[in-house]
Amino acid sequence: MAIDKRVQSAAAAMEGVRDGAVVFISGFGGAGFANKLLVALRDHGAKELTLVVNSATHRLSLTHELIAAGQVRKVIASAGRGRDAGLSVFEQLLKDGKMEFECVPQGTFAERIRAGGAGIPAFYTPVAYGTDLARGKEVRTINGRDCVLETAISGDLALLRADIADRFGNLTFRHAQMNFGPAMATAAKLAVAEVRATQDEPIAPDRVQLSGVFIDRVVAVGA
Amino acid sequence: MPGLNRNQMAWRAAQDIADGTVINLGIGIPVLASDHLPAGRDVFFQSENGVIGVGPAAAPNEADTDLVDAGSRTITLRSGATIIDSTASFAMIRGGHIDVTILGAFEVAANGDFANWDSRIPDKGPLVGGAMDLAVGAREVWAIMEHNTRQGAPRLLERCALPLTAVRCVRRVFTDIAVIDVTDAGFVVRELLPDVSVERLHARTGAPFTLAQDFKPLVVPPLPV
Repeated sequence: MAIDKRVQSAAAAMEGVRDGAVVFISGFGGAGFANKLLVALRDHGAKELTLVVNSATHRLSLTHELIAAGQVRKVIASAGRGRDAGLSVFEQLLKDGKMEFECVPQGTFAERIRAGGAGIPAFYTPVAYGTDLARGKEVRTINGRDCVLETAISGDLALLRADIADRFGNLTFRHAQMNFGPAMATAAKLAVAEVRATQDEPIAPDRVQLSGVFIDRVVAVGA
Repeated sequence: MPGLNRNQMAWRAAQDIADGTVINLGIGIPVLASDHLPAGRDVFFQSENGVIGVGPAAAPNEADTDLVDAGSRTITLRSGATIIDSTASFAMIRGGHIDVTILGAFEVAANGDFANWDSRIPDKGPLVGGAMDLAVGAREVWAIMEHNTRQGAPRLLERCALPLTAVRCVRRVFTDIAVIDVTDAGFVVRELLPDVSVERLHARTGAPFTLAQDFKPLVVPPLPV
């Protein structure tokens, strides 16, 4: 049967997502948030989720809707601070001990996901050595440099936003949409991209920015 | 007596950015340095989100949330710009391909220890972003901060009191009254505002310092706050 990874709706793209899933959410600074898929995941209702997302609280991401809906058990992120002086829902849950949070330096965050998708169980990095974020982690001096052992992150579902997808799931990204998307897609069992448009015609091979091999479902949601 | 304002601090840091540099500017005062780069210096501004070659901020009618920097500012691109994914962006940062990063700071210690991520605000969620990666990976780390806290306590210290971002990494500090290098022999003051005495600087600094051989007045043009 001819490969076709296009699905009809964001809701259909969430089929099979289970409680307790580890969910990667791409997007950074306003670019590449898969907000249609986030709403679909909220409506799908899966609970006890672990979110792996750069920022738990970015104002342009709908990540907070999953948190506010009580579907999230734990967040792994480089940022968990709300913009306002008062506490965000996420910060209130943290304060009340109802949310687990793992704060990770952003480059280590990206590399742990890359490792998860690349078959590397763990790696040493000099980042965070001597800081609170290295507490409890194995330390080793390599070529005279003090390093921290960091483990890979892999998961169940990745949600990313791209520009164009063809039926093979090959993707192009617009401007800075890419950010964590490619790494997250490689690290998840089910990688879903919402895109501005899908096309029957294959994307030119040398213009593809993420191979469809890493993508399982695509859904066109418009601009 | 008033020290330099935010734009003046950024201006002073910008004067030290050499032609041809690849540089990452942190949010806050550091990112203002891109507005004060001396004419004729061809510089690439790198942003953690993968934009290599950040240009001026976008005009309001051209703002596009797909084209942003790591501080969520809508931006333009310079000629020769590229956009890469986060893993490649941090390979660039960690792999020593960034010449300089300028980061906001809470505290800097005489051995170069650096604290800029956790000011212990009660109950607010943690925010580290890319600071630790930049502080470890950039070939040179410069810090910008007020010389003292609002309560008057020194931010240049023998040892940092706040949680560290990275150990022994800061090379130069731009404050609202002085430019200070961090050397194997501790703090070396290169420039000082003319109306601040060396005695006064000692009183406002939490660690010993020496004066550079070419110690000179810190002179900055008037700039809007």
